Amino acid sequence: MPSHRRATLVLAVLALLGAASFAAALAVGSIAVPLADVTAALIGEPIDNAAIVRELRLPRALSGFACGGLLALAGALMQVLLRNPLADPYVLGISGGAGVGAMFAILLGLSIAGLNTFAFLGALGAMLIVFGLAHGDGAWTQTRLLLTGVIVAAGCGALVALMLSIAPEHKLHGMLFWLMGDLSQSTSPWIPVGTLIVALLASLPFARELNLLARGHDTAQALGVDVKRLRYNVYAIASLVTAVAVTSAGSIGFVGLVVPHLVRLAIGNDQRLLLPASVLAGGALLTFADTLARTLIAPQQLPVGVLTALIGVPAFLFLLTRQRS
Amino acid sequence: MSELIEARDLCVSIGCHSVCRELSFSLGAGERLAILGRNGAGKSTLLSVLAGLRDADTGEVLLGGEGYATLGPRQAARRRGWLPQRHTDAFSSTVLETALTGRHPHLGRWDWESKRDTEIARVALAAVGLADLEERDVQTLSGGERQRLAIATLLTQAAPLYLLDEPLAHLDLNHQIAVLDLFAGAAADCGAGVIMVLHEPGLADRYCERALLVYGDGRCELGRCREMLTADRLGELYGHPLQEVEADGRRWFIPA
Repeated sequence: MPSHRRATLVLAVLALLGAASFAAALAVGSIAVPLADVTAALIGEPIDNAAIVRELRLPRALSGFACGGLLALAGALMQVLLRNPLADPYVLGISGGAGVGAMFAILLGLSIAGLNTFAFLGALGAMLIVFGLAHGDGAWTQTRLLLTGVIVAAGCGALVALMLSIAPEHKLHGMLFWLMGDLSQSTSPWIPVGTLIVALLASLPFARELNLLARGHDTAQALGVDVKRLRYNVYAIASLVTAVAVTSAGSIGFVGLVVPHLVRLAIGNDQRLLLPASVLAGGALLTFADTLARTLIAPQQLPVGVLTALIGVPAFLFLLTRQRS
Repeated sequence: MSELIEARDLCVSIGCHSVCRELSFSLGAGERLAILGRNGAGKSTLLSVLAGLRDADTGEVLLGGEGYATLGPRQAARRRGWLPQRHTDAFSSTVLETALTGRHPHLGRWDWESKRDTEIARVALAAVGLADLEERDVQTLSGGERQRLAIATLLTQAAPLYLLDEPLAHLDLNHQIAVLDLFAGAAADCGAGVIMVLHEPGLADRYCERALLVYGDGRCELGRCREMLTADRLGELYGHPLQEVEADGRRWFIPA
């Protein structure tokens, strides 16, 4: 049980890290903007590169931070819901569904707005299918939910592969970038930012109940948790949050899996601290990764999902070997 | 004062296998009841129905005169505690944190565990001999230590009725007696009610006034231990002849 002081300390350090990631995202790029100018641009003073900071880098940094936070929050919630530390936001097929919608929209040649709508509808569709099938007769076991999700995800993967194989060549690049996670298209950061704030505020009142849910269905019920209602709510919040993140940034891997895991190693598994800490850490990680993605081999941009995976895979393997010893 | 728990015309089944038919009984303050039966007879299922974790086919369970639906999970958790038969820990957590989960029904939505809650948890850990392990990770505990931690969590919950599913699982003899003494003390001193699933008729006879025999075919017999726990009845219950022996005024049953 982390004390209040420790909780405040951890959150303060992570908030600083988040601020640092913002500073980097706003200052670094093909045109380097000194931090003093970044501050000046943010408070609206007319300086040379104000437009670059305010209109290009700020929305992208906000989107990146919000999506990272959303994915980490969804991952933390899914891990509790499935009582499985290896669960991630995509394990129940939501990114698969969004992928099918997005690929279809690109094939049809729709605009960005159309693509986002289709991706969101795809995610929602996958969410409802998994919920409907897993819910079945009311016996809602973790194993059944997990299996249904994995199967739906596999089906979606096949559909995505099918569309990729019949797509005309000039559309392939956009499709692949979307699938690997890409923040360059996210122009309106307010949807992910708003969703992040609402979802975090909606989850925090249930944080202690989530601690009990992580210890088992019956144990939580015996200690006074309305388990059925809690699980529905967690499923709905985690799925919607994932759907918004995937819609705005494509399927960015490993943030949702690795961040809650790392945070848990550092501060334990109390969700009252873990949820906000994961949001801050996930946001900071994705903002840093995206800054790297657009500067490493500039002017060419890398898909940010590739970078999070390149950071995430070794980090995760390290965690796994450490756990065994 | 109404009874701690009352079962009315309870019918419970697992699939098409009947556990009990129209079982009615009640348990007041300070009373102890043992549930005995063969493996798979439905003892745990019956106990989870009594704990409100599973619905009965028909009939109802009342805690202090009110059903689980009226009470809601939170109020129910302040009236009865349930010890599960198995403990799986998917995530690591310290022994003290685990014992503190028992305070959940006593805390408001935004409350953090207070110094007093920690004190209560420490007293409970000391009562089961785990005081030195409070910073240990639950995932590294032995089976017996994990079982005693679950009992400490139950004591932290401080409900007046204990529903224990095999409280002696994984425990060695000294801890078996210590745990049974602990609950006997809670019944005698604090007026707690105890219902426990046991496998040892001798211990049931020593620590409980009444016994409920679950035969596994829908038949259940409830009565004073003196009448229920006889070599004949138990022989039929377990499907193996037993012999009653007496030592120091206590009755024990050994397989013939």
